Amino acid sequence: MSDIRNELKYVASHEWIRDEGDGTVTIGITDHAQDLLGDVVFVELPDVGTDVAAGDDAGVVESVKAASDVYVPLSGEVVEVNEQLEESPELVNSDPYGDGWFFRIKLSDVAELDDLLDADAYGELCEGES
Amino acid sequence: MAEIQSDNLNKTALFDLHVELGAKMVPFAGYEMPVQYPLGVKKEHLHTRHQAGLFDVSHMGQVKLTGANAAAALETLVPVDIIDLPIGKQRYALFTNTDGGIMDDLMVANYGDWIYVVVNAACKEQDIAHMRANLGDGIELEVLDDRELIAIQGPKAAEALARIQPEVASMVFMDSREMSIDGVDCIISRSGYTGEDGYEISIPSADTERLVRLFLDQPEIEAIGLGARDSLRLESGLCLYGHDLDNTTTPLEASLIWAISPCRRATGERAGGFPGADKILDQISNKNWTRKRVGLLGAGRAPIREDAELFDAEDNKIGIVTSGTYGPTIEAPVAMGYVDTAFSALDTSVFAEVRGKKLPMTVSRMPFIEQRYYRG
Repeated sequence: MSDIRNELKYVASHEWIRDEGDGTVTIGITDHAQDLLGDVVFVELPDVGTDVAAGDDAGVVESVKAASDVYVPLSGEVVEVNEQLEESPELVNSDPYGDGWFFRIKLSDVAELDDLLDADAYGELCEGES
Repeated sequence: MAEIQSDNLNKTALFDLHVELGAKMVPFAGYEMPVQYPLGVKKEHLHTRHQAGLFDVSHMGQVKLTGANAAAALETLVPVDIIDLPIGKQRYALFTNTDGGIMDDLMVANYGDWIYVVVNAACKEQDIAHMRANLGDGIELEVLDDRELIAIQGPKAAEALARIQPEVASMVFMDSREMSIDGVDCIISRSGYTGEDGYEISIPSADTERLVRLFLDQPEIEAIGLGARDSLRLESGLCLYGHDLDNTTTPLEASLIWAISPCRRATGERAGGFPGADKILDQISNKNWTRKRVGLLGAGRAPIREDAELFDAEDNKIGIVTSGTYGPTIEAPVAMGYVDTAFSALDTSVFAEVRGKKLPMTVSRMPFIEQRYYRG
């Protein structure tokens, strides 16, 4: 069973979102997603300062097997990216909700947070896929 | 994730065992095959390089040829010396077509009164039809579809297998023998497709699961999926048919001149006499091919995959990647592909286009890792 954290929000494309409470959110990919991908060997992240809209692809995560797009679940400006992933992409596998985070966004429309899935809804979605 | 269409897919005799071991099953060449086990592609790859891995390759085609002139008959289809292949030895060969292109690559072993042939899964129907149509009268072709094929590969393969059947230790690279393993009549060769020492073992289907469980009981041996098989063979510079080789590619373009036996070349005692010989021998004499298969190493970390286009520094398209991944052992993006001959020299800088960016790569010597075949 994959690890789904109650304190986080989710989207169907398997990104997690943590509301930092200061108008920013941190985004990564879920335990379920890293498990599907397998060993991550490369992560390409957006540049800090990039304006993104919900649903854009803003990066790529590659495993030995395949490349997969990373979607931005919310609109805003990229204010920080996890530069550690450049040298240590395996953090996405070993700690997807911690050191394996991808990037942080300053939200342009806080109301978009209401569209996200909670842990139960995301769990059901994963169940339905497997 | 793509849904597996289990209709119309074949299963090997190890299907239930793969599922029991937690494998992720995917369609491959008409079979449901394990792409990885819970260990994951990267650890499976590294385990094979450090210890030993067991691969189910039962989807490949196994064929027995009998008849007094079987070796001579098979020689008419490949640019390889089969007549003088010693008894108990195996050799790499290529079926060529009349244009000099490669129809498939295969292994041929001489068993004295019969010849053992192993061909690729995706090509086996074509290859069997090709042999039936062209080997001539007096050659009997039997498809060994009542046997499975497994590979045990890695530096600990010999030690682990010798615990069960000590005789395997006396074999060297490309030896091929009939041998009883735990009471089962097997066809075993000391060879494989990972660049490591190891064995390929043909086992009667009914006994395969039992023997494979015995092999997996050895502490060195883990089950390894097709994902790691691909990265292992790629680091070792070995071609995958349908990707790195095809009907439109000659052995010279594919950098497989070593596979063309001297006796079948223009000055050899049995020169020519295989499909496409005119073109292939002309290419050897005049070096007039225009593209060549090369190894490519990426400078960054991003994997550069099949179908990525290759460019020179002036942005002219000069080639294409035919296989590529991130090499877990060399810890770098590793690929092979075809480039215009002007760019085929070692250390030439080229650029691969990935998601709109031009990533630098260097034409590099293959194999990318040292092959560790046991030659005695």
